[in-house]
Amino acid sequence: MDVLLLSRLQFAVATMFHFLFVPLTLGLSVLVAWMEWRYVRTGDETYKRMTKFWGRLFVINFAIGVVTGLTLEFQFGTNWARYSEYVGDIFGSLLAIESTVAFFLESTFLAVWIFGWNRVSKKMHAWSITLVAIASNISAFWILAANAWMQHPVGYVIRNGRAELDNFFAVITQKAAFLEFFHTVTGAYVLAGFFILGISSYHLLRKQHVDFFQKSFRMAAGFTLIFSLLVVIQGHHNGTEMARNQPEKLAAVEALWETQQPAPQALIVIPDPKNGRNAIEFGHIPTLLSFLAYNNTAAEVRGLNSFPPDERPPVIIPFFSFRTMVGLGFLFILLSSFAWLWRKSIINKPKLMRILIWTIPLPYIALETGWMVAEVGRQPWIVYQLMRTSDAVSSNISTTQVWSTLIGFIILYSFLGIVDFLLLAKLARRGPHPVEAPQSNPGGDV
Amino acid sequence: METIWFIIWGVLWGAYFILDGYDLGAGALMPFLAKDEYDRKKIFNSIGPFWDGNEVWLVTAGGVTFAAFPGTYATMFSALYTALMLVLFALIARGAGLAMREEAEKPSLRSLWDGFFFVGSFVAALLFGVFFANIFKGVPIDGEGVFHGNLFTLLNPYGLLGGLFFLVFFFTHGSIWLALKTDGDLGERAERAAKKFWMGLLVLAVLFLIFTAVATDVYDNYLANPALFILPVLAVAALLLSGLFIMKSDWFKAWFASAGFIFSTTLFGVIGIYPALLPSNLDPAFSRTIHNTASSPLTLKIMLGVVLVFVPIVIVYQAWVHKVFSGKAGGTHSGYHDGY
Repeated sequence: MDVLLLSRLQFAVATMFHFLFVPLTLGLSVLVAWMEWRYVRTGDETYKRMTKFWGRLFVINFAIGVVTGLTLEFQFGTNWARYSEYVGDIFGSLLAIESTVAFFLESTFLAVWIFGWNRVSKKMHAWSITLVAIASNISAFWILAANAWMQHPVGYVIRNGRAELDNFFAVITQKAAFLEFFHTVTGAYVLAGFFILGISSYHLLRKQHVDFFQKSFRMAAGFTLIFSLLVVIQGHHNGTEMARNQPEKLAAVEALWETQQPAPQALIVIPDPKNGRNAIEFGHIPTLLSFLAYNNTAAEVRGLNSFPPDERPPVIIPFFSFRTMVGLGFLFILLSSFAWLWRKSIINKPKLMRILIWTIPLPYIALETGWMVAEVGRQPWIVYQLMRTSDAVSSNISTTQVWSTLIGFIILYSFLGIVDFLLLAKLARRGPHPVEAPQSNPGGDV
Repeated sequence: METIWFIIWGVLWGAYFILDGYDLGAGALMPFLAKDEYDRKKIFNSIGPFWDGNEVWLVTAGGVTFAAFPGTYATMFSALYTALMLVLFALIARGAGLAMREEAEKPSLRSLWDGFFFVGSFVAALLFGVFFANIFKGVPIDGEGVFHGNLFTLLNPYGLLGGLFFLVFFFTHGSIWLALKTDGDLGERAERAAKKFWMGLLVLAVLFLIFTAVATDVYDNYLANPALFILPVLAVAALLLSGLFIMKSDWFKAWFASAGFIFSTTLFGVIGIYPALLPSNLDPAFSRTIHNTASSPLTLKIMLGVVLVFVPIVIVYQAWVHKVFSGKAGGTHSGYHDGY
């Protein structure tokens, strides 16, 4: 394998691993802040215990998210030096703004929240987690604006042999940035919602900590339903944006080889990229794809074969990832609807509770496959139509170097991933602290 | 404008070393100063509320390098790939160790995470020194940004002295911090350690200043503009002052004097390489400088606005957090996340 492929693999490992932690951070911070404000308003100790229990899972998750995020920042320089040099004027500044404006706030106030139970007032304490929630979501905006720029570069000029910023406002207010932000954040909220629904179901199924987990369940049920609906409805909007901005990506996710007007949507497709056609394709619904992509049943949809061969994205990964993501999206609406309908009597619905426990990993899959559509579907470009991935990789590093760090990441990340998973599972199963405040428990359970 | 950004770049690194310096130092000292879990818990509690916020200064210093000098960022990180990846692994290990030790219930597991924390802190502290010393000295990069050497090229005598120098100043800074923030036996051990490390630091600082004259061109800028000699003078003054406060056991003032020493030493080296950010010792024409790697004037202007507005705000709330968690750190394991 060459430096390019190894670096892509390494970036994929680092990003996908990092993104196992980010969405739960985004969503759970909001929910925990909501719980704590309920505690501050009502004085109900159950909400305080909820804040502590869910907050603790949040903190563990956050820590691994932070340390794995460092890797990404490093990699732009180490493995993608030519990219950094070519677009750093724009891309680098978005990352720097993210850390100055948001990441400082997030990290600093999370510590106040963790250590400050007896140090700051109740309100200040609730404000700390609120600031963490706000800051992590602001953080997401800057990062996603940077990624949106890779998908749809605007506001730049080519000058001095590189892309230079021409209109900052255009970069941060472009539609693609807001759509991407909205889609990712709503997806993250769905993930956090199902996380709470699933763990609550685990305990309610065993009739333990009933009041505690019923309250948690009820708070999460409406939240999850709202965002499950939003992520799908708005996801459709993202699809039309993709059709307009990156027609070859649309063609890849649909495995549409020949241009058609209007284009039908096939229900069952097995792509055959080698021969530039589909091995199996049946169940056509006439004009549906034209409608989905352009909100117009008569629209022309371009096929992959109409693009130059060296500008076609791979098909298999975007195609299957897209279907997984969309299918799961609809499943989430269904499941969260049931959860919401039966939120008051959930304890009497063992089947639904069992299903919800097993749903916990599914939003993770939906989010990761969503990113695979976005990133693999953008290939062969690192910045769409502006810079090829093959021109972006560092020219001054060796395969040995990348091999060794790739193996290092795989070992370290597997270890951290397993430990983190076991720890979360253990704490989630154990449930909240008993009603008495845990302070008088020296050396005991943490 | 590029010069302003060069100074901001140096200032951010200085701020990073002051802040993460004490928690890296505390981590690297943990096995030497802590005798039991009670002590380790105290050390953890003394830095727990701060270390994550401190590390963001590194993310910001890196981010600003990327934003303001993308060409430097690209060459520095790719040419020095292996060294920087080691720093990264060390930082990941230490962050994970810090986060996980509190959740570990079995003592053996907790020792493992403490090991992560210690090794990560130690290696990061050492490598930062090796790294910056080599930058002051210049690295063998050609016009294409290809590094003519390997990891051991960086481990030259001056680089190693830099590593040792940084390590000891992190040790000193960390032990002052622990003397300030902990009490009992641990606090006393930290006080004694601070005194010893300070003397070692004095010797190393003198050696470093002399060796810098021999091994680097850093002094050229100072000879060309003697007013700048105020920086090394300030560094030495701050170091002596911190020694004075250490002897008087006035740890609060000692910490600030030590911070002043770290800050002026960092700036001393950084100003010495101006206008380069990554000097080449093959040919000055290959150096990555503020002239050949800076971002466009528009980006620099926008980033300046962002930094001038937000960095002071960050300083205010981080200072507030240090005030909220002032006083000695407890060592009891008094339930979840109530270390203070």
